[in-house]
Amino acid sequence: MAKIGVFICHCGENIAAKVDCTKLAAAMGEHPGVAVSVEYKYFCSDPGQESVKKAIREHNLTGIVIAACSPRMHEATFRKACAEAGLNPYLCEIANIREQCSWVHTDSEMATEKAMDITRSMVEKVKRNNNLQPIEVPVTRRALVIGGGIAGLQAALDIANAGQEVVLVEREPSLGGHMAQLSETFPTLDCSQCIMTPRMVETAQHPKIRLLTYAEVESVDGYIGNFKVRIRMKSRYVDMSRCTGCGDCITKCPAKKISSEFDCGLGKRTAIYTPFAQSVPNMPVIDKASCIYFKNGKCKMCEKSCQLNAINFEMQDEFIDLEIGAIVVATGFQIQNTAVYGEYGYGKFPDVITGLQFERLASASGPTAGRILRPSDGKEPENVVFIQCAGSRDPSKGVRYCSKICCMYTAKHAMLYAHKVHGGKTHIFYMDIRAAGKGYDEFTRRAIEEDEASYVRGRVSKVWQENGKLMVRGVDTLLGKPVTVVADMVVLATAMVPQHNAKEFAKTIGIAYDEYGFYNEAHLKLRPVESSTAGVFLAGACQSPKDIPDSVAQASATASKVLALFSKEKLEREPVIAINNEATCAGCWGCVLACPYNAIEKKDIRDRSGRLIKQVAYVNPGLCQGCGTCVSFCRSNSLDLAGFTEKQIFAEVMGL
Amino acid sequence: MSELFEPKIVAFVCTYCTYAGADLAGTSRLKYAPNVRIVRLPCTGRISPMFILKALQKGADGVLVSGCHPGDCHFTHGNYHARRRWMVFRALLDFTGISPERVKFSWISAAEGSKFADLINSVTEDIRNLGPFDQYQQLIKETESPATL
Repeated sequence: MAKIGVFICHCGENIAAKVDCTKLAAAMGEHPGVAVSVEYKYFCSDPGQESVKKAIREHNLTGIVIAACSPRMHEATFRKACAEAGLNPYLCEIANIREQCSWVHTDSEMATEKAMDITRSMVEKVKRNNNLQPIEVPVTRRALVIGGGIAGLQAALDIANAGQEVVLVEREPSLGGHMAQLSETFPTLDCSQCIMTPRMVETAQHPKIRLLTYAEVESVDGYIGNFKVRIRMKSRYVDMSRCTGCGDCITKCPAKKISSEFDCGLGKRTAIYTPFAQSVPNMPVIDKASCIYFKNGKCKMCEKSCQLNAINFEMQDEFIDLEIGAIVVATGFQIQNTAVYGEYGYGKFPDVITGLQFERLASASGPTAGRILRPSDGKEPENVVFIQCAGSRDPSKGVRYCSKICCMYTAKHAMLYAHKVHGGKTHIFYMDIRAAGKGYDEFTRRAIEEDEASYVRGRVSKVWQENGKLMVRGVDTLLGKPVTVVADMVVLATAMVPQHNAKEFAKTIGIAYDEYGFYNEAHLKLRPVESSTAGVFLAGACQSPKDIPDSVAQASATASKVLALFSKEKLEREPVIAINNEATCAGCWGCVLACPYNAIEKKDIRDRSGRLIKQVAYVNPGLCQGCGTCVSFCRSNSLDLAGFTEKQIFAEVMGL
Repeated sequence: MSELFEPKIVAFVCTYCTYAGADLAGTSRLKYAPNVRIVRLPCTGRISPMFILKALQKGADGVLVSGCHPGDCHFTHGNYHARRRWMVFRALLDFTGISPERVKFSWISAAEGSKFADLINSVTEDIRNLGPFDQYQQLIKETESPATL
């Protein structure tokens, strides 16, 4: 005979204000099989949990229903309480009467009625719950870090320094990411490359880190602790085991006028190239699309100049298969295509540039060796206008969020410009100055007070060219009148947006993303570095716009999560898996077709003399993820899903 | 009918997308019609046509099935199985004389709280317009044999 305990939580006023909890408790107390039905202000609190445990012991309960918030919130809490009271934790069910009832309905009577239905149906379900034991799976102690920017490097180094193996995959020919492109960093104005390149070298030389550059993740299978990852090593056409990085091939390459991605189109590179001088690894790749040999079948200057025979035009993409225990996604961001702002003339006027291009101009290793020169004629601009939020916080351009870093880097640009071009004048059009962060507000004050950046509060409506000058038409909302500023150069603080293939890539790894393509964390506040998929963690700007300190902090946080996972030899998993009744299974193999994880194997049933009687389906508990697709497919009702059995669900429906 | 008919609708949803979307509607304090009762399942792939029949038999006026968007299934392709199964089952429903319009199929992600609220409102309205589903009830009454589980 079932003895079910029903515990109705008020959640302060959150539930009690809409649902008549006393009426609910009384009604549930009358329901067949319910031994105890009580209400309380906060069941998730310590005394609340204690009262649940006490009731389990006193009434010898065979199952409990907590009518409270979503199971996504506190299912684990109450399962633990069950276990502590000596009841199998899987004999606990949650009736969600907060997120899916009290919070979303206005009519108190109807909300109470709905809460009754929800609770009753969970009582009916829990009566049919079974004792389940968690499944143990082994953990492969090897982490995959995807992305070699600052976040990826930090995560890889932290994990490797703790003694665990790391495979670091970078899509570009070199580590570095966006941070390597920056000139100096706010709020300290230390040179980005000076702090970045030692990290890159340390990563490449670390005995625990296997570095795979010019490589992409092709597929990810498996589950937490046991991922199977296939990496595509894109053909560099340069044999890395032979190349010493002398650079002879680069100087000899006749295709010299290719726009450099690293310099954001402001500089040129050759067809065989390293993205920048401090590249790690310092070994070139051949850009097939620009290479004269690949286009015309003649040239091979690089091959002739290479004394080590490292050039190989026959090279093919290769695949590496890896066993991985945990994945850190640190794939970063890109800047918004500024062409969406036709009125700012980006692409039309060469002296309208993006913030990232300004970084390259200001960088000592950049195309102008650190001098601020106009792209059109190479002259020093005397007046520079910066336009903030050129893309961010603008729903009409599809970006409603704040890109977070632009206020700071624009202040920095104004300072760098003032330091490099004495007597130069800066105007900054802004909506708000958002300088929250250690030393940040002081930094923007310095730009205004010491380096005389002139901030104009308002939006720019149009940029056009007149007599060789750029005319910037905007509004000064503090004065309440339109202004026109004459400029030699205009710098747009473009929005940070997800990588162009962010959504497809999320599907490859099996993680969730938001409407923009930023990757979703498991919980915005409490689980900010875990993705929605167990064993996959998020670091840096792939999750949301972030500056360097935040990216580094998040990367270190992912490392601690990975290390916690690797601290155990075995991992406990939810026992929600399919189970087959071998007596009734006819071996039709419909389930094999249905299973997304190839978790169903064919098992021989033999008699005592070893003669094969029949073959039946066997569900591998390590591979089964518990989706239940096979169960619905099973024609003989042999398969069932623990935790969500046919009986449980029918009972749940009948209870409604 | 002077009073508005309040339909009873049973929703079978997957825990990873639509259930999370429903929770998001809650945390966002969106308001929607109180006519839907949710049954949480790991994946829409788990949904057997029998569940839908059971709900209709129990007295539901409508059924909603909702899971992750195509391509976004937590279990890679459970939702495709659900969709294929539904396409076949739909024809069968129609054949038995139950209007397939009583069963709605939808995709709602964990990020679409407002879409969930809108969907519940529109489904409730649609089922309300279809009127009560009493084919089973009438049959049971006429034969005087109570339905058993």
